[in-house]
Amino acid sequence: MNEEVKLMKGNEAIAHAAIRYGADGYFGYPITPQSEILETLEALMPWESTGMVVLQAESEVAAINMVYGGASAGKAVMTSSSSPGISLKQEGISYIAAAELPALIVNCMRGGPGLGTIQPSQSDYFQATKGGGHGDYHMIVLAPSTVQEMADFVGLGFDLSFKYRTPSMILADGIVGQMMEKVVLPPARPRRTDEEVRRQCPWASTGKHGRGKRNVVTSLEMDSVEMEKNNKRFQETYRLIEQNEVRFEERFMDDAEYVIVAFGTVARICLKAIEDAREQGLKIGLLRPITLWPFPYAEIERLSSRVKGIMVVELNAGQMTEDVRLAVEGRVPVCHFGRFGGIVPNPTEILEAFGKNFLKDK
Amino acid sequence: MKPEEIISPANKVYSRPRLLTEVNMHYCPGCSHGVVHRIIAELIDEMGLEDKTVGIAPVGCAVFAYNYIDIDWIEAAHGRAPAVASAVKRLNPGNMVFTYQGDGDLAAIGTAETIHAANRGENIAIIFVNNAIYGMTGGQMAPTTLEGQKTATTPYGRRVDLNGYPLKISDLLAQLDGTCLVTRQSVHTPVAVRKAKAAIRKAFENSMAGKGTSVVEIVGTCSSGWKMTPDQSNKWMEQNMFPHYPLGDLKNL
Repeated sequence: MNEEVKLMKGNEAIAHAAIRYGADGYFGYPITPQSEILETLEALMPWESTGMVVLQAESEVAAINMVYGGASAGKAVMTSSSSPGISLKQEGISYIAAAELPALIVNCMRGGPGLGTIQPSQSDYFQATKGGGHGDYHMIVLAPSTVQEMADFVGLGFDLSFKYRTPSMILADGIVGQMMEKVVLPPARPRRTDEEVRRQCPWASTGKHGRGKRNVVTSLEMDSVEMEKNNKRFQETYRLIEQNEVRFEERFMDDAEYVIVAFGTVARICLKAIEDAREQGLKIGLLRPITLWPFPYAEIERLSSRVKGIMVVELNAGQMTEDVRLAVEGRVPVCHFGRFGGIVPNPTEILEAFGKNFLKDK
Repeated sequence: MKPEEIISPANKVYSRPRLLTEVNMHYCPGCSHGVVHRIIAELIDEMGLEDKTVGIAPVGCAVFAYNYIDIDWIEAAHGRAPAVASAVKRLNPGNMVFTYQGDGDLAAIGTAETIHAANRGENIAIIFVNNAIYGMTGGQMAPTTLEGQKTATTPYGRRVDLNGYPLKISDLLAQLDGTCLVTRQSVHTPVAVRKAKAAIRKAFENSMAGKGTSVVEIVGTCSSGWKMTPDQSNKWMEQNMFPHYPLGDLKNL
């Protein structure tokens, strides 16, 4: 399959991109608003073309443990879900992180807490960026704002997770999962052969295949001295990721006096608000973190010495705002504007919030 | 004849299987796990499956199975071994994939994963050691604990009005269309060991032949958890466990 231009939902783009990436397996369970990922894969029947395994599991818990099993065998495997289902996967994600396995997890966020709503949200920011499951670990968290990025981040997420042997998450909101947009699908590449998998992942449990020494994938270590060493190794990897993999997009920043920080599709609404503001002479710029972990602390720290104020807009009660404040360290005022429970703000109310916070004297 | 004359390679009839590592096992005296490990190690060698086998270890007493049998292993979260095994076998159909699970792992926390892997007919072998107690955590009630049996969490004996009934999960699994072999064995006598070994051999063959899910339940002892000597444990098992969990094939297609 060559590169193709299509019109489709973000969820469908993820399914197509996974097959074209040469993913070995997808294990899922239906939940709104991301069920199209599993549905599209079942309809495309990649087991007939690339040999990719697709399986509807009995639960999100089983699905993430299938991912743990596939990743333990060195395979490129993924799962997807939405907020309540992602909560169920946390045990497995912790095990995947602890066993230093590559895996891709997609969270198409809906409003919570609890069963919440099926409408879009960004309220799993803490869960995704601060760990989520038990223990000291991180995932690489990618926040797409377009259907194109939904497709692109499948490959990027897999590549980063194999490079660092740590799970990656695409943290999408329900908008970009359901929204239809033009997308350029990458050319298809073949899945790795068994020999290539064993060469790339000499640690994988594939059967010994003449290796002599057995491979054991485990997160258990009864000796605390060794377990501390393991934790230090994880932390070294995380420091390396923080050094190398911070990604963000800046718009209208050259002359910006104020900055709006927003991720995902909210950044697109903010961009419209900023364009409207600039027509009124207000010099606002946009910083869109693409990696939520590692977070662009250094860039925001730099900004905070040259702008008058920062507003963080998100579909939650101020979760990323805490990270922005950590970076700003009180140098300039940081305010938050959020809608939650599935409500998405429009550009007008974003600008009203901006005015209330920063333009009181006008 | 002096002992030195008897101890010679020519007279050797029994030795450590090649795939059983020279590591001291953590199992208690009288525990069934050691014998089951030995059978598995022997079979994988005899069947020429060393290079193809992936074992999935549970949480429970057998969590360290990967230290004792010299094959590739994956240590699963509590109860999730059948889900892990499902993916491993589907992604590498040439592998022989087995799970090794206790009663708490398989029949309590992992019930959903067990039933659904078996119902999908995953081409895996499930080795299920049922000693009617949680050994690793200190002898608490298991789903298979017998009525009246004393454990750390049923100090006056299991009451069905409070704790429900001892779960015959293998009988349940035998009802599923996805299973091809469901059998209940033990390893407390030489005859039983030979029968158990034949059953596990069949389960491993089924995995390689793609016949569906095989379940070999081993009714075993937990001397420490039961607070008995190994000899008393075997007798108690025969008198109390076997009537509720009768040995033999429940299904063998």
